[in-house]
Amino acid sequence: MSAVLESARAGRTALPLRSHLDWLESEAIFILREVAGECANPVLFFSGGKDSIVLLRLAEKAFRPAKFPFPLMHIDTGHNFPEVIAFRDARAVELRERLIVRSVEDSMRRGTVKLRRSDESRNAAQSVTLLEAIAEFGFDAAIGGARRDEEKARAKERVFSFRDEFGQWDPKNQRPELWNLYNTRVAKGEHMRVFPISNWTELDVWQYIERERLAVPSIYYAHRRPVVRRNGLLVPVTEITPPREGEKLEELSVRFRTVGDISCTCPVESDAATAAEVIAETALTTVTERGATRMDDQTSEASMERRKKEGYF
Amino acid sequence: MSLLGEIERNPPAVEDRGVLRFITAGSVDDGKSTLIGRLLHDTRAIFEDQLAAVARASSKRGQDALDLSLLTDGLEAEREQGITIDVAYRYFATPRRKFIIADTPGHEQYTRNMVTGASTADAAVILVDARKGVLPQTRRHTYIAHLLGVRHIVVAVNKMDLVGSDEATFECIRRDFLAFASALGIVDLRCIPISALRGDFVVERGELMRWYRGPTLLAALEEIDVADEADALPLRFPVQLAVRPGAGTDFRGYSGRIESGAVFRGAEVLALPSGRRTVVKDIVCLESSLPVAVAGDSVTLTLADDIDISRGDLLAEPTLPPRAAKSIEARLCWLSAQPLDARALPVARFVLKHTTRSVRAKLVSLNSRVDVDTLERHTKPTSLAMNDIAHVALALAQPLFVDSYELNRATGSFILIDEASNQTVAAGMIDG
Repeated sequence: MSAVLESARAGRTALPLRSHLDWLESEAIFILREVAGECANPVLFFSGGKDSIVLLRLAEKAFRPAKFPFPLMHIDTGHNFPEVIAFRDARAVELRERLIVRSVEDSMRRGTVKLRRSDESRNAAQSVTLLEAIAEFGFDAAIGGARRDEEKARAKERVFSFRDEFGQWDPKNQRPELWNLYNTRVAKGEHMRVFPISNWTELDVWQYIERERLAVPSIYYAHRRPVVRRNGLLVPVTEITPPREGEKLEELSVRFRTVGDISCTCPVESDAATAAEVIAETALTTVTERGATRMDDQTSEASMERRKKEGYF
Repeated sequence: MSLLGEIERNPPAVEDRGVLRFITAGSVDDGKSTLIGRLLHDTRAIFEDQLAAVARASSKRGQDALDLSLLTDGLEAEREQGITIDVAYRYFATPRRKFIIADTPGHEQYTRNMVTGASTADAAVILVDARKGVLPQTRRHTYIAHLLGVRHIVVAVNKMDLVGSDEATFECIRRDFLAFASALGIVDLRCIPISALRGDFVVERGELMRWYRGPTLLAALEEIDVADEADALPLRFPVQLAVRPGAGTDFRGYSGRIESGAVFRGAEVLALPSGRRTVVKDIVCLESSLPVAVAGDSVTLTLADDIDISRGDLLAEPTLPPRAAKSIEARLCWLSAQPLDARALPVARFVLKHTTRSVRAKLVSLNSRVDVDTLERHTKPTSLAMNDIAHVALALAQPLFVDSYELNRATGSFILIDEASNQTVAAGMIDG
């Protein structure tokens, strides 16, 4: 082989092997660049949550010194933790990237979202607002931070996941995805959901947050918070989620593993104050991220699959 | 999720060997889902609430025992039918490595899913039922894994507990398999006797087979060395994006992933299709500048000369460039449920995606179809149906820069997209 390769090889011996985080990072950067190269009008979902924080870091690595080739967008249920919204806005400013916010409450005013009860979780209603926003801007690709380890239906979803003109996912008719040759072609009105961190686990995400020293909203770390115990979960007590009759208020040291809609997101007991401590807890935890924290996923064995078919993230 | 727990128990630094992707393949009743359940369970990648959900689902179906296969059968349709119909991805980690399993169905109609799973796999775990030995489906799965360039094959001879843990039975299957595999040209092959149900030689050694001195399945997977395979090949750097931020900077770079070989500052590269040679000025990733980058790294290169390069172009090793081709011969796996009639070839319109470049393509001829059970070739087939593998000739609207798939997976592979429906209809591997 040529001298070029031999000298590269000699240099190589001094380099550490590619760690699993390097591997995952490189794959995700490749996917983000494929979106930029092939999709006419993409967008990246940024909620202020940890998975989308990782996405933003990956986008910096994929595109800097240029600007991101897409705006950021958040579908706001109106039931958010204030720390997360503050973080979301600050991060977008810091990155000097455009942030679009579309709100479920606007859809309610338009009458496209009708809740049966005022305290009903707005998490599923996000799908409506999301599809309205995609239509409004004509996005042909929406990048999200979903991971295959989160849930069984997600485990089978493609990296480039096709949505028809109704925003629906058809799990039985997915495009085969081979090598790293992504078929990104859509007709007008259809779009792609793209998941660059499909192959990451919750532990990978925290290890990456630690390695890259990424800031996350404070509620991801241990803090004291009033909660009640309900169906094996710790339910945060807020204006939106008051205690029910007969429930005992407790103040515990907790952290959130996910930071979705207040009405369906629960913290776990924890003293972890740093990413390293969260990693140590994550490595030892015995309950899945969604199992410990999401009330809406437990309704039936197939609830995520149904919501996804309807256009959910 | 035992990563940290293990590290704490075993404080000396553990080498992170990165990621190993593997597929599992087996016939319907070989116990594949049980094996995956066992791997996840014994590496502590299964959580209590998942186990509880499996227990609920098991009892709903009237089963007393925990059915570990329910962990991996993800979609409603599959749970109803009781078979896995699509590729699912599963994750677990040990202190040494992260593993990604592509769980591909064993049902005989689903060759295309196995092709999909194998396309990104470094290794294949082929399951054989110790009571049944090597079956036609076992041969088919092994052939497909080999065809897709999976270099490391691990044969897990399962259900050893049901044959009295008999060494002679295992030896007999091993010899059968070796004869078949060496005829195919498989170099790295290892057979391991296991009981997925009891766990013997999956993660733990167990008590059943004291006569077996080799590694457990997990240890074998941890040891597989994939680091050098792509590095040792000539440089192939398909350009994903040209980076020109404009406004106040004269930065101009080319982003992509090194698919094979290596680059370093000062390395001479050949830009294709222009044919111009230039020198790598710098390798950048965010704020950092790297002296060298190797296969698998996503980077941005800056070059010494200002030459016209855009998405779809390729930077290559000048002394070992890829071949420019306007017509190619390839093995094609037909993926679409819609069969392809040979008479329709002149009017069928395809987009062929190869690395970061897409070109219009026509299928010129179906030369032969491979019977994946007998490996016999049937010349001039009149049609291709889903799961068929065929030797074909294609004509391209613009030249591509290709290597044979055998030499280089990245520059030897392509997909065919139906221009009208936008469906991915075939996967192709370019012949040498």
